[in-house]
Amino acid sequence: MSAVATRERAKAKPKPAARGRATAPAPAPVAVSSSRLRWTITDALTVTKRNLIHIIRVPQLLVFSTIQPVMFVLLFNYVFGGAIRSPGVKYVNFLLPGILVQIVAFGAMNTGIGLAEDINKGLIDRFRSLPMARSAVLAGRTVSDLTRNVFVMLLLYGVGSAIGFRISTGPLQALAALGLLLLFGYTMSWIGALIGLTLKDPESVQAAGFVWIFPLIFASGLFVPVQFMPGWLQAFARNQPVSVTGLAVRALLVHGQGAPGTTSLKALAWGAVILLVFIPLSVARYRKT
Amino acid sequence: MATTRTSTAARTRRKAAAEAVVAEAVEKSFGDVRALAGVDLVVPEGTVVGLLGPNGAGKTTFVRILTTLLTADSGRATVLGYDVTRDPDAVRASIGLTGQFTAVDEYLTGAEFLWMVGRLYHMESDAARSRAGELLEEFGLSDAKDRTVRTYSGGMQRRLDLAASLMNNPRVLFLDEPTTGLDPAGRSDMWDTIRSLVRGGMTLLLTTQYLEEADQLADRINVIDHGKVIAEGTSDQLKRRIGGEFLDIELARKKDVEAVIRALAPLTAGEPTAHGNTLTVPVTSGAGVVVEAVRRLDKANVKVVDLIVRRPTLDDVFMTLTGRRAEETNGQGASQ
Repeated sequence: MSAVATRERAKAKPKPAARGRATAPAPAPVAVSSSRLRWTITDALTVTKRNLIHIIRVPQLLVFSTIQPVMFVLLFNYVFGGAIRSPGVKYVNFLLPGILVQIVAFGAMNTGIGLAEDINKGLIDRFRSLPMARSAVLAGRTVSDLTRNVFVMLLLYGVGSAIGFRISTGPLQALAALGLLLLFGYTMSWIGALIGLTLKDPESVQAAGFVWIFPLIFASGLFVPVQFMPGWLQAFARNQPVSVTGLAVRALLVHGQGAPGTTSLKALAWGAVILLVFIPLSVARYRKT
Repeated sequence: MATTRTSTAARTRRKAAAEAVVAEAVEKSFGDVRALAGVDLVVPEGTVVGLLGPNGAGKTTFVRILTTLLTADSGRATVLGYDVTRDPDAVRASIGLTGQFTAVDEYLTGAEFLWMVGRLYHMESDAARSRAGELLEEFGLSDAKDRTVRTYSGGMQRRLDLAASLMNNPRVLFLDEPTTGLDPAGRSDMWDTIRSLVRGGMTLLLTTQYLEEADQLADRINVIDHGKVIAEGTSDQLKRRIGGEFLDIELARKKDVEAVIRALAPLTAGEPTAHGNTLTVPVTSGAGVVVEAVRRLDKANVKVVDLIVRRPTLDDVFMTLTGRRAEETNGQGASQ
C-alpha cells in the first residue's frame, strides 16, 4: 500500500526539529499567507472547472433550462405579440431584450439549487474542511453560472434572430448590452447563493425562486410597456433592478427605446448595491453552514 | 530575534504535537439542545482513539468542532498544537476528515475528484495527479478511475471518500462512523484499510456506535453519552471497571431463572440480567468459580443448554456506566 509506505518513510526519520513539517506536504501557514491571492484565484478556478464539468456531464439540466426561455420567446411573441402595444417597435424587438434579462434572473435559481445540492451531498462540508479559500465555493459557483449564461444568451439571440429580432443600434452598444446582462446575471447569482445556503434544499430553493423572481419579472417593463400599468405599480416597475436592467438592455439594442446612458448607469448602480449587500451575507452564511 | 521566535514557536508546537488532539471542556448547544456538555479528550500522536456512543451522543458535533466545521460555544481544542478557532487553516492543512456520510462528487470521475481535492489542499497540479493515482491504486479503484463516481458501488464511493481525506498525507485523520451503512464485507474491508493506515503511523480519532468496532480498532476508548465523556481507558481497562467475569447461562426452561439466581447467589457479584432463556450473571473472579457454578446448578436440578464464562464486553460496560444498553437509545436523539 503506497500511501502507507510513504507514511512509513516519513516516520522513519523522526528528526524532532523538522517534525512539524516533515510529513505535511501542504505549505506551512507562513507560506500560505504570502501566496494567498494566488490560491484564492486558483481555488475559485478549480471549483469553477468542477461545476463546468457538471454541466457537460448532466446535459439535460442545460437543455431544460434553455428550452424554457426559448418557449417564452415563442409563446410571448406569437400569443401575446399581437395584443400588446409596443410603441414604435416590432414586438419581437421589444420582447427579446426582456427575455434575455428574464433568463439571467432565473439563472439565480440555478446558483441556489447547485449550492443546496452540494450541501445535501456533504460536499460543502468536505470543502469547508479543506484549507481552501472561503470564497472559492461561491465564486466558483457564480462564475460557472456566468459561463452558462453566455451560452444561453447566444442561443436566445439565435432564436430571436430567426423570428425577426434585429439589433438596430451598433456593435459597441450590443457589447455593452452583453456586458450588462452578464453583470446582472452575476449579481442575481449572489441572491440565489444566499437563498440556497439558507434553505439548503434544492426543491425549496426552486419553489422560493418563483416567489421572489416572478413579481420582479412580471411587474416590469420586460414584456409590456410600463405606461399601461396602474400608477402605483408603475413606480415599482420603473425602478426595480430587473426592470431597470431590461430597459437599459433594450435601449442598448433597439434604436429609439430610451436613453441607454442613464438607464445603464441606473442598472449598474443597482448591480453594485446588490453585490455589496449579498456577497458579504452569502459568505457569512457559507462560513456558518 | 526572528530565529528565537521561530524556535520558540517550533518548540511549543513540538511539545503540543506529542498530543495530536487536545480538547478541554468543549461545549456546544443547538438552541435548547445541549449537544456537548464539556468534553475533555486527548489523542496522543500515533494512536487510535475511539469515541464510542449511541446516536445523538454528540460524537459528530465533537468531530465537526475539531475539524473546524463548527465553532464551540466554550472550551478549547487544538490539533497538532494549532487552535481550531484561531488557526483553522493550519488545522485544515494537516488533517483529513471522512464524515459520517460519503461526500463525493458523483458527476466527476474518481481521478478528477481526487485531483480536485488535492488542488484544494493547495497541491500543485502534477503532484495532485500523481498522488491521486497512488491512492486510487491503493484503494483498488484504478480500473474505475475514469468512470463517473455515480457508477461506483457504495463501498467504492466510501473508499474514494477516504482516499480524498488522505490526499495531503494528513498527520491526523478523523473518521466519523466510517462503517455505518456498509454491509459486513464492506465493513471488514474498511477495518483492514484502517488497520493498514494505523500501521503506517497515522493518528486517528474514530467515532463509532459499534462496540465491536472500537474494541477492534482503538487503542483507547472514550465512552460518550449525552455530550459528556463518561469513561476513558483501554478496552481492557473499561472491561475491568465492571470487575470479575460473566456467566451466560442458557436454560431449557424459562421458569428455572429464579431457581438459578437463588442457586448462584453466593457466587454472584452484581445484578443478574435475563434475556429470554439466557441469564447473565456477574460472578466473583477466581479459580473454581465455573466448577462451583456447575455443581450448584446440578444440585438445583435445572436443565442447562449452554454455559459460557466470559470477560465483560463493551456492551456490559455501557450497561454499567449508564444503566441501559447502548442500542436502546438509538434513533432517539437527532444526529447533528
